[in-house]
Amino acid sequence: MAVSSLLLISCDQKTSLSGAGATFPLPYYNMVFKTFSENAGIDVSYGGIGSGGGIRSLRDEVVDFAGSDAYLSDREMSEMNATIHVPTCLGAVVLSYNLPGISSLNLTGDIIAGIYLGSISRWNDPAIKTINPGLELPDRAITPVYRSDGSGTTYVFSDYMTKVSADWEKSLGTGKSLNFAQGIAAKGNPGVAGTISQTEGAIGYIGSEYAFALNSPIAYLQNAAGEFVLPSSLSISAAAQEEIADDTRSMITNSRVKGSYPISCFTWIIVYKDQAYANRSEAQARATLSLLNFMLSPTAQAQTTTVHYAPLSDEVIAKAKKALSEINYMGKPL
Amino acid sequence: MSDKIFKSFLLVSALMLLLIFAGIFFSLSKGAIPAFREFGFFGFIFSGEWNSRTGAEEYGALAFISGTLLTSVLALVFCLPFSLPVSFFVGEYYRGKKIAAVLGGIVDLLAGIPSIVYGLWGFYALRPLIQSLGLSEQGFGMLTSSLVLAIMIIPYASSLSAEFIRMVPQELKEGAYSLGATRAEVIRNIILPGSFSGIFSAYILALGRAIGETMAVTMLIGNTNRIPHGLMDTGNTMASIIANQFGEADGLKLSSLIAIGLLLFLITAIVNFLGRLMIKRYSI
Repeated sequence: MAVSSLLLISCDQKTSLSGAGATFPLPYYNMVFKTFSENAGIDVSYGGIGSGGGIRSLRDEVVDFAGSDAYLSDREMSEMNATIHVPTCLGAVVLSYNLPGISSLNLTGDIIAGIYLGSISRWNDPAIKTINPGLELPDRAITPVYRSDGSGTTYVFSDYMTKVSADWEKSLGTGKSLNFAQGIAAKGNPGVAGTISQTEGAIGYIGSEYAFALNSPIAYLQNAAGEFVLPSSLSISAAAQEEIADDTRSMITNSRVKGSYPISCFTWIIVYKDQAYANRSEAQARATLSLLNFMLSPTAQAQTTTVHYAPLSDEVIAKAKKALSEINYMGKPL
Repeated sequence: MSDKIFKSFLLVSALMLLLIFAGIFFSLSKGAIPAFREFGFFGFIFSGEWNSRTGAEEYGALAFISGTLLTSVLALVFCLPFSLPVSFFVGEYYRGKKIAAVLGGIVDLLAGIPSIVYGLWGFYALRPLIQSLGLSEQGFGMLTSSLVLAIMIIPYASSLSAEFIRMVPQELKEGAYSLGATRAEVIRNIILPGSFSGIFSAYILALGRAIGETMAVTMLIGNTNRIPHGLMDTGNTMASIIANQFGEADGLKLSSLIAIGLLLFLITAIVNFLGRLMIKRYSI
């Protein structure tokens, strides 16, 4: 009897959470989940298998939460039990390039569209020269690099491109994987980052932290206000001053706010409202909730900037907390 | 009694394998049905489109089938001038000598290297070489992946071939020598005909290995979902597209990927079947 109760206690203490999904916020999650484990004594494991894979895992009820850079569409939401989106941080998709000797490069949405659609194929193209006066651009072929796997990063990038380029909208559109006709593809953010850094003349879009980690040069991008901006915690936060939906399902690309970086985005953790599924215990549900609360806490938000993400605004945190209040266990609020 | 038990154990094991084979075939077919229903069996095979844009979804396997066949056949061609001499070296010329054992061992070791390591080597060593030779701007593509594939399949082709070369009866060879044949003549007229079906089957095995290779190819082929038009062109293979897009795939796309898996299964089966047919025809 004593032994069995001991076993029960030890089982109870070993509540652990598992999630899966986007690789884009992985550098931040790795850090913040560790802090949470140390404080709360609850282990969190997160598999970076891609946004779509994370959502599929949640739909199959094999994880406690899913990470995604693309929010669920109304149709997707109607096909699953009720879910909520909890934003965890802000991030940026950056254009990283490999041109020896060039550490500062201006780009516009139109030029990027031209590169990916094939109408701009060499680095010394007049269009690039015009917005980079004084820069000695080589006569070298441009190799655009894109994701070979479906990806939330591609979704965010193409959402921006669709907004700024009619040609892009017509031929590629917005999606997690697109029918690119130019360039080469690599798997995952690390794959694209590695390919860029190993290929002279390459350019590609990646989650900002992957470019910072590899010390790969990042292009200044022209925002809707006409300024050339680098991604930073400040310029990403500026983009989030746009109107945000109450359920936080908003894209903040091509923001009109001054000083904003144009390819900024939220990344979300998606959980079920009713936490009682797949034989999960109430303790498991409570642990999930405490993790989400921790993600919105000042401690966690302060860590975002150390890995080049940006903290959520107070307004968004209030909206996210309101969503958290809907979490229940068999109808009973937690 | 114990003999009976052993016999039934063998039977169960053998049947189990058949069952697993049938199970794989069944589940692949079942998953592939939505794709074939949407595009038609031949429509799917002969379409080079791969577009996952919502509303305009269209999937076809031709780009990947051509990529797979082109890279693996090229790999087989590239591996021939290395693997065939190695098998004659090990199996005939220096047979039983220390140097043959060392060389054979090292070649066999190539088979034990994980494919991701070949991919890394191709990415960091071979690709810059191709770039610096001016063959291609970015170094990815059919040629790069075929070259790495060729190195990967050398051990499969050469060590099995060497085994068959060794098996040619000594009496036949000695007979030829006693009639005044030179070593080259013995190889051409005695050893090659005697071991042809075996060597052939070794190359079929190597081809099968090249067709299914995933990781190293994914890293080097460029992963562009288009039909390749030349050696320098980038492309994609059947195994590689599955590995790349499986994680995010859903609905019709997932079904199309499974359909590609089924086709890969069938192509491997056809290659093996043709191999067997040739062996039967040419064996003496």
